[in-house]
Amino acid sequence: MSHSHDHAIGHNHETSELTDTELRVRALESILVEKGYVDPAALDELIETYETRVGPRNGAHVVAKAWSDEDFAEWLYRDATAAIQSLGYSGRQGEHMVALKNTAEKHNMVVCTLCSCYPWTVLGLPPVWYKSAPYRSKAVRDPRGVLDDFGVKLPDETEITVWDSTAEVRYLVIPRRPEGTDGWSEVELARLVTRDSMIGTGLALSPDELREAAE
Amino acid sequence: MNHADVDLSALPEIPVRDNSPIFREPWEARAFAMAVKLNEAGVFEWREWVESLGAEIRNAQAKGDPDLGQTYYLHWLAALERIVTEKRITATEGLLARKDAWDRAAKATPHGEPIELGRDGSPVAPA
Repeated sequence: MSHSHDHAIGHNHETSELTDTELRVRALESILVEKGYVDPAALDELIETYETRVGPRNGAHVVAKAWSDEDFAEWLYRDATAAIQSLGYSGRQGEHMVALKNTAEKHNMVVCTLCSCYPWTVLGLPPVWYKSAPYRSKAVRDPRGVLDDFGVKLPDETEITVWDSTAEVRYLVIPRRPEGTDGWSEVELARLVTRDSMIGTGLALSPDELREAAE
Repeated sequence: MNHADVDLSALPEIPVRDNSPIFREPWEARAFAMAVKLNEAGVFEWREWVESLGAEIRNAQAKGDPDLGQTYYLHWLAALERIVTEKRITATEGLLARKDAWDRAAKATPHGEPIELGRDGSPVAPA
């Protein structure tokens, strides 16, 4: 960043410079604070929550519980909002959650074609690719091609269903439980559950893949 | 499958390997949090927010933004400015005047010191 033009207007020391975007954000925040709509400390707290406490680990907990507790799984597929809330994860926008079960016959994938609606409470904020136009347009037209982009191959017989999120409904994909995990605890199982597997652009890790990732 | 209507090869690649942090700059986080808090305060329904954000994304695309995800919070900010003016919390002129006031304040603040409104000595009009 150059401050040279500041010197030209008579300063003997370097002054500050904010970008046009930073100026717009500060303008908005200072007006909203003055009018009592937002509290700067509450903004800090919300940001801290999303940077450190809300993320795909929440969703992995939900998935691992569904894999290991049949009653919970049944509740989750019937009323995902309540089942997920029972684990302490509740939505900010009052959105309705739907859990989608992946099976050998059916694979689910989630997109938001309009903008980037995403199940924040269980997955945190969306990755860059989820917000990108290429994903938003390709997911609905060529889901198998999208899986290929992510390095995922499914048998031709597997039917792929794409779900378009809205302001009211957010989806959580429950990936298939990997083979060779009988007797694993919920905590161990949760480590197999990746963010992408809960969006449907990936699969849960196999025990071998988990070992490789840890090395 | 019939893709006759769309040339998929013409689409840019999905940025699958972009693992940017959720907020790449502090202003993105401020803009994010302001929208969430205004919704919680009942200023707008989330459905209205999604409409405003979707409209700004389409605007940006129409102006040539390849929309690969990195400009997402710029669309978010534009949607926020649009919705606060639509809800008459402030007017566009108020936002612009306040932006100028911050610019003057920044330029009057030695580098490294916190920037405060009015630092340049001129009065800051309520918006």
